[in-house]
Amino acid sequence: MNIALLLEMAAEAASDRVALVCDGKRWTYGDLLDAARGAFELIQESEAEYVALLDESSEAAVIAVFGAALAGVPYCPLNYRLPDADLAALLGRVAPALVVGDEERITRIAGDQGHTIFSREEFTLKVQETVPEPDSREYDPGEGIAIQLFTSGTTAAPKAAILRHSNLLGYILGTVEFASADEADAALVVVPPYHIAGISALMSSIYSLRKIVMLPNFSPEGWLELVHSEAVTNAFVVPTMLARIVDAMEKGVTVNTGSLRAIAYGGGKMPLEVIHKALERFPGAGFTNAYGLTETSSTVALLGPDDHREALASDDPKVRARLTSLGKPIPTVEMQIRGENGEVLGPNEAGEIYVRGDQVSGEYKEKSALDAEGWFPTRDAGYMDEHGYLFLSGRADDVIVRGGENMSPGEIEDVLLTHPAIADACACAIPSVEWGETVGAALVTREGHDAPSEDELKTLVRSRLRSSRVPEKIRFVDELPYNEMGKLLRRKVKEVLAN
Amino acid sequence: MKPGTRLKSAACDTEVMVIRCADGQIECGGAPMGEAKPAEAAPLSSDFSAGTLMGKRYVDADGKYELLCVKPGKGSLSVDGVALVVKDAKPLPASD
Repeated sequence: MNIALLLEMAAEAASDRVALVCDGKRWTYGDLLDAARGAFELIQESEAEYVALLDESSEAAVIAVFGAALAGVPYCPLNYRLPDADLAALLGRVAPALVVGDEERITRIAGDQGHTIFSREEFTLKVQETVPEPDSREYDPGEGIAIQLFTSGTTAAPKAAILRHSNLLGYILGTVEFASADEADAALVVVPPYHIAGISALMSSIYSLRKIVMLPNFSPEGWLELVHSEAVTNAFVVPTMLARIVDAMEKGVTVNTGSLRAIAYGGGKMPLEVIHKALERFPGAGFTNAYGLTETSSTVALLGPDDHREALASDDPKVRARLTSLGKPIPTVEMQIRGENGEVLGPNEAGEIYVRGDQVSGEYKEKSALDAEGWFPTRDAGYMDEHGYLFLSGRADDVIVRGGENMSPGEIEDVLLTHPAIADACACAIPSVEWGETVGAALVTREGHDAPSEDELKTLVRSRLRSSRVPEKIRFVDELPYNEMGKLLRRKVKEVLAN
Repeated sequence: MKPGTRLKSAACDTEVMVIRCADGQIECGGAPMGEAKPAEAAPLSSDFSAGTLMGKRYVDADGKYELLCVKPGKGSLSVDGVALVVKDAKPLPASD
């Protein structure tokens, strides 16, 4: 089955309903399907083996993903923030492709790779001019790859993760009721098109017939303005965006956000302070923390609105702590925590998170990472408490191994962050002659505070954790390095600490 | 028959996508479904006329069959004469 079915069904049921608003232009489901069929013609003509996108979010992303699906070639949105050399290498890995986006840049860095290149405007215009002929066309049956996404490569070179039509449809059909959205519902999509959350947002919105409102370039003011002007009801943000939105509201940006019913967040660790403030700022909205990976077609666990409210209202520290959890696995996914030797661990035992289900691809272009029983090792480390709430302690690769003892950076950071003068903290492994690895910490001082002494911080960690967790090296920095999705770049912190 | 096959009703407008199937006869409105529509419409059986709804998934009791309705119609779905029932998605709180 082909993911284009999602758009075909939407157009069949509500051809004239507004599907997408971008830069003031409105597209109906019928318009989008016609354009996707037009894109099919262009793709066939070009003999491209991929459809790549080097652009911010726009209607072109929707048209390209479904056009590519109809043509049976993988859609590969690329991170336009990458430096030229990295981007040229990724474009080389998908050549020959039909590439949509920054025409000047693509031509300059990859003009000799055999691509067919369109600017966004040219592509959007051309696909509308092409007269679709669905009756005389053989569209792809959807047995292959729908989407190829390069992983962000925070720990190594980018891997080409593969999502099949069956993975994405498994996720959407299993978790979204067709046409379940109200005609007044609107989802604000601000995640870039090369992020899995941006792609799943398009698919679930289209299948539920929820209008998509796109904000191609995030700014807190632009986001708040759109919430107001388009009466947005649902929004997904990454933690850094939510922090900036709350900050802008605190600094006096006032718009009516009363239409917002649901705010979902994910893609990185949400600081407790930010979520507390956001819950106050948006009293009418239900908050959902979604945990997922590229390789799992988006969400595999979530902490829903009721969990958020219960945690806020509770006096029980264990229930309050759920605000930092990822919630529970969704009903269509199985999850296990496994130890170093692959053994399945019990409640409150930390190990690596494994998932299994239709939506879990776990597949890279080079090889599949699934085990013989179909389980995918996420390389995320965490544990589940006795009530089934999942807590993340970091990437499995980030675990600090000191003299054979495994330590997660998260537990050390959590303690350091309890110091009133510490605004942000990153613990990571630094080389040690004696132990192989030992703990280093990069810290950011809170505005208006003096940096505490190293002894004071070491005493703090020693009072709460085993002495092996006490950082041997502490360095104060102006800010920690995050990528644009809010992911902490531990690799860079390690470099700073190693010098 | 394999997953991804699109089947049309001989008795009404209903069309389904096969998500899962076995060797039995898939019917709509009491008549066998096929990849093409027959030249002459089959009569709609009154026992199978409750209708098939757009976007709903229909399953049998053993979980061997699953059909997704991609075009609604007056007939209802069955396999070897046994009616299929609606399977609900497990909607998430809007997470994306």
